[in-house]
Amino acid sequence: MNVTRGFTGRARVHNAGLPPGQYDAGDDWPVLSAEVTPELSPADWTFRVDGLVEEPRTWDWKEAHALPGSVYEGDIHCVTSWSKFGVRFGGVSLDAFLDVVRPQAAATHVVAYSHTGYTTNLPLADLTGGRAWIAWEFDGKPLSSEHGGPARLLVPHLYFWKSAKWIAGLRILDHDEPGFWEQNGYHARGNPWEEQRYSGD
Amino acid sequence: MTDTLATFTPPTRFAVPGRIAVSNRAAALWQTATLTEIRRETPHAATYRFAVPAWAGHLPGQHLMLRLTAEDGYVAQRHYSIASAPDDEGYIELTLDHVEGGEVSGWFHTVARPGDQVEVRGPLSGFFAWPGDRPALLIGAGSGVVPLMSMVRHHRARRSDVPLRLLVSARSPEELIYASELGAETTPVFTRSAPPGVPVGRMAAAHVAPLLAEQPEGGWEAYVCGSNAFAEHASRLLVAAGQPVDRIRIERFG
Ligand SMILES: Cc1cc2nc3c(=O)[nH]c(=O)nc-3n(C[C@H](O)[C@H](O)[C@H](O)COP(=O)(O)OP(=O)(O)OC[C@H]3O[C@@H](n4cnc5c(N)ncnc54)[C@H](O)[C@@H]3O)c2cc1C
Repeated sequence: MNVTRGFTGRARVHNAGLPPGQYDAGDDWPVLSAEVTPELSPADWTFRVDGLVEEPRTWDWKEAHALPGSVYEGDIHCVTSWSKFGVRFGGVSLDAFLDVVRPQAAATHVVAYSHTGYTTNLPLADLTGGRAWIAWEFDGKPLSSEHGGPARLLVPHLYFWKSAKWIAGLRILDHDEPGFWEQNGYHARGNPWEEQRYSGD
Repeated sequence: MTDTLATFTPPTRFAVPGRIAVSNRAAALWQTATLTEIRRETPHAATYRFAVPAWAGHLPGQHLMLRLTAEDGYVAQRHYSIASAPDDEGYIELTLDHVEGGEVSGWFHTVARPGDQVEVRGPLSGFFAWPGDRPALLIGAGSGVVPLMSMVRHHRARRSDVPLRLLVSARSPEELIYASELGAETTPVFTRSAPPGVPVGRMAAAHVAPLLAEQPEGGWEAYVCGSNAFAEHASRLLVAAGQPVDRIRIERFG
């Protein structure tokens, strides 16, 4: 351990919900997207799931809202080291979409992509079992464009760069393909509890 | 890292590709950085020079992760852009704003002195990097000028004739980081107070338009850096002025 002379740091919070190396950002919600925030209206938003599935399908705003609603209440963790506690997102569980398209047996990974062209890769297993959502509400209000509105992917058990803003679709694959940050040195999975920030962690 | 893997191209408008591949080894490794010098830039910002003997080198625009460790093992880590040009072998410089109540910038501004050791890993992110290969239009505010200055310094050190312009916003001339180093490539914009005869006000379409009017061959690659609020504002100005969205790279400090 390399102690920094004279550094004490903030009062320690013993919060079991805080992954290693993270701090509680409180009410702040930093924005770190690398591209221009798109002006995308709900009417122009679509969400497609294709690749290794039985029935590729595209949903528009109305069709997606016709699926059973689902809420995530919990924490989110950004790789830049802030975490945010007790957030509440509303949308639809990704399971509801996947149940319709039915991934094939060979399917193992997913590339999620945005209406901007941003991409991020995930193991399919991280998107099933009630652990991932398409979210369009935050704290009961429409999700703002800076934070990925009209709709973003939400995978709160992984670092937040995996939760692609302005989600446009999922391509289901039988292998892993690095996305935007993953090609820029970030970890393929991004589990905050194992501090998988950069490739090699 | 990705040479053996194909990459999926989304059917949506293609995102801005990265400029360089990032070394996994450099990104994974924590290295000791020894503070060798502190230079005051403005009342709220100072430059910290570090010796990092095994530094792998970087491109202008890249950042690193820095961590401080307390006696009880508690760590605080933050991202910082690299201010120095790449040729400063074995040394890197960072410029930090003193954030009120800030855990890491507070330590630097009130405790740090030459000889102190911290840890860094990087360089990180090939996306905001500028290898010096194409015309660059740089727009920053406050400490957002830091990675852009690395580009300006690189440009000068190379005596490059690739077009490069810097549009930088600061509260006042006293708050303009690197003021004495800025030259003919730079247009400062002052938001609170300005020298006599210079207008005071927010960065506006009128600042961006003349730069986009002088389109270099192949067009500008725009690099925008600063707070999220500034990045949103500046990137909208660029889009409104006709800069293609896929030629705008943004580094937000949060
Ligand atoms: C890619 C990137 C590059 C960057 N480059 C630079 C750069 O070149 N120069 C630069 O100056 N900055 C840069 N930053 C910002 C930098 O990473 C830090 O965010 C900044 O230095 C503030 O960190 P801090 O530890 O001093 O403040 P923090 O302790 O993080 O505090 C920030 C603010 O939040 C408040 N706060 C946070 N947590 C708490 C809490 N638990 N209780 C009470 N208040 C709290 C603080 O009071 C303060 O107002 C960059 C950021 C990114 C993402």
